Amino acid sequence: MSGRLFDKVWDRHLVVSPEGEPPLLYIDLHLVHEVTSPQAFEGLELAGRPVRRPELTLATMDHDVPTAGLDKPIADPLAAAQISRLRANCAAHGITLHALGSIDQGIVHVIGPQLGLTQPGMTVVCGDSHTSTHGAFGALAFGIGTTEVEHVLATQTLRQVKPAAMSVTVEGQLGEEVSAKDLVLGIVRALGPGGGVGSVIEYRGEAIRALSMAGRMTVCNMSIEGGARAGMIAPDDTTFTYLEGRRHSPRGKDWEAALDDWRSLVTDESAEFDHDIRIDAASLRPAVTWGTTPAQSVTIDDKVPDPSSFASPAQQQAAQRALTYMGLEPGTAIRDIPVDVVFIGSCTNGRLRDLQVAADVIRGRRVHPGVRALVVPGSARVKAEAEAEGLDKLFTDAGFEWRSAGCSMCLGMNGDILAPGQRSASTSNRNFEGRQGPGGRTHLVSPAVAAATAVAGRFTLPGDLS
Amino acid sequence: MTGVQRIAGRAVALQRDDVDTDQIIPAAWLKRVERTGFAPGLFGAWRDDPAFVLNRPGATGAKILVAGNNFGCGSSREHAVWALQDFGFAAVVSPGFADIFRGNAVSSGLVPAQAGAAAVARLFAALAADEEAEVVVDVAARTVAIPSAGIEEPFALPDFARWRLLEGLDDVALTLRHADAITAFEAGRPSWLPAQAPAQPAPR
Repeated sequence: MSGRLFDKVWDRHLVVSPEGEPPLLYIDLHLVHEVTSPQAFEGLELAGRPVRRPELTLATMDHDVPTAGLDKPIADPLAAAQISRLRANCAAHGITLHALGSIDQGIVHVIGPQLGLTQPGMTVVCGDSHTSTHGAFGALAFGIGTTEVEHVLATQTLRQVKPAAMSVTVEGQLGEEVSAKDLVLGIVRALGPGGGVGSVIEYRGEAIRALSMAGRMTVCNMSIEGGARAGMIAPDDTTFTYLEGRRHSPRGKDWEAALDDWRSLVTDESAEFDHDIRIDAASLRPAVTWGTTPAQSVTIDDKVPDPSSFASPAQQQAAQRALTYMGLEPGTAIRDIPVDVVFIGSCTNGRLRDLQVAADVIRGRRVHPGVRALVVPGSARVKAEAEAEGLDKLFTDAGFEWRSAGCSMCLGMNGDILAPGQRSASTSNRNFEGRQGPGGRTHLVSPAVAAATAVAGRFTLPGDLS
Repeated sequence: MTGVQRIAGRAVALQRDDVDTDQIIPAAWLKRVERTGFAPGLFGAWRDDPAFVLNRPGATGAKILVAGNNFGCGSSREHAVWALQDFGFAAVVSPGFADIFRGNAVSSGLVPAQAGAAAVARLFAALAADEEAEVVVDVAARTVAIPSAGIEEPFALPDFARWRLLEGLDDVALTLRHADAITAFEAGRPSWLPAQAPAQPAPR
């Protein structure tokens, strides 16, 4: 079925479709970080192969970088060695590296859009599953493994079986207290953790169109939590306004030519999808996960579900296991659950807009005694822009830790972790067992709910605060 | 990478859906810069439970993991595949795999054998009755069998993936056969597309 945004982007990147083999897709932008690349560079070197297009490759450090004490040597010797390996690999192959200390350093999925590198109609890959974020610009963007990283470095292409196309249409308007994070948690709940496997999702409808670029990135970011290969949103004036004037955005005549091209990147009205899901925006409320997959969420007005309320024995078993791990009793009101840690950051919700939303909630308030709260900006530039607005002082005066950019407690590789049994309200993307540290218990929420929860010490909406 | 035709050996039955790659290999292990040495981290947190299936004596030396649906969801870390291989697994049988995990498995030569849900249920039942039973994964025939239980089930594996696994092919070399097509494609890319300023590689 042609005429879909996904087909249009796919077709323009087909290099060759050999008989009996999946087609080769050209890759416009390859983002590289320290954790999933060392074995790929080693593979290149063992085979004596160069990086084909270093200028289409950009590296940064994000996954295991420290977010405090940047003036000191990195304390973790394994992380230090991995980071120094990335420096050496980039130097050897002529790859631009936005290293720790640079204003351009940050989480790959924050810096790509920020630099204007992510543009409509492009293909973007990275050895990271949340590469789906870049689909917010109408790019086809997906995560790959390390062997594929090596393949892209060597050939600037990927061999890809064409995924199916799924449409997720969100009609109507989100309620005042409902954010893009709540929307995508609602979508993932509807899909289930594997409902999108084998598919690229196009998000459509009034509620999607109304989102800012930050909101669109939050939605596309979590496509993978529903199992989807990628998520995409057709570019429009919101996209073009965001892109205009950024460092790598086209300029002058090129900008006009690009705009003409980008405006064609929409799904034709007659196009059909392999799967079609519809969600009523008005039915959504702020979401809180209760389990150990991002699909296991309820609204903040709900109670922890009873495993017996699920349809299949497998779901019941999974729910029981999740509740045991999470230390929760069925029937407990979500608003009655106390938290130990609040984490605001990640490639899902670590952008300036996310920090502004949280700051508005915090203004004039204090973090609840006994709660540890930290803000980790998604990039060094987000940090600088937030500081220019005085947000750092606002957060620290309220009792938050104000950190430097990185993935931090989203995956707990850099020492920012939960202690066993600790419970977090986190603006990140995964609540898997041990994700934020062995034995840690993660509840995924929006930045507004995270901030209000930091103040109240239990799950709370900003509007509930006195 | 060497080719893999037929895998025969004991199996481990992991009867859970949605096993994510954070469970298969926890993030602390991702600081390694090698492709080997991950076996001690495989299912790191779950192995703290003495009753976990990987802790039963017969699990050591097992070659096949039979798992629930949506195996390998979450993070793109290929380390999950390397950890399974480092422990000794050569194939995973499941009703469904997450996309990135499936790709990584084929890339690294771990067979992702996708069998029907009913077929996998029969395998679980047979392994519950005899956990030492020999399981045979035949990549060429695309079947998984437990001969002692009289079970033989087909599994899905795309032709190209099957070929790569059988022959142990270097995927980059396969692609570089099309180097001329890649060069021709590059000549037609719009000039406005972003690129980094050219940097000179350091002398090697």
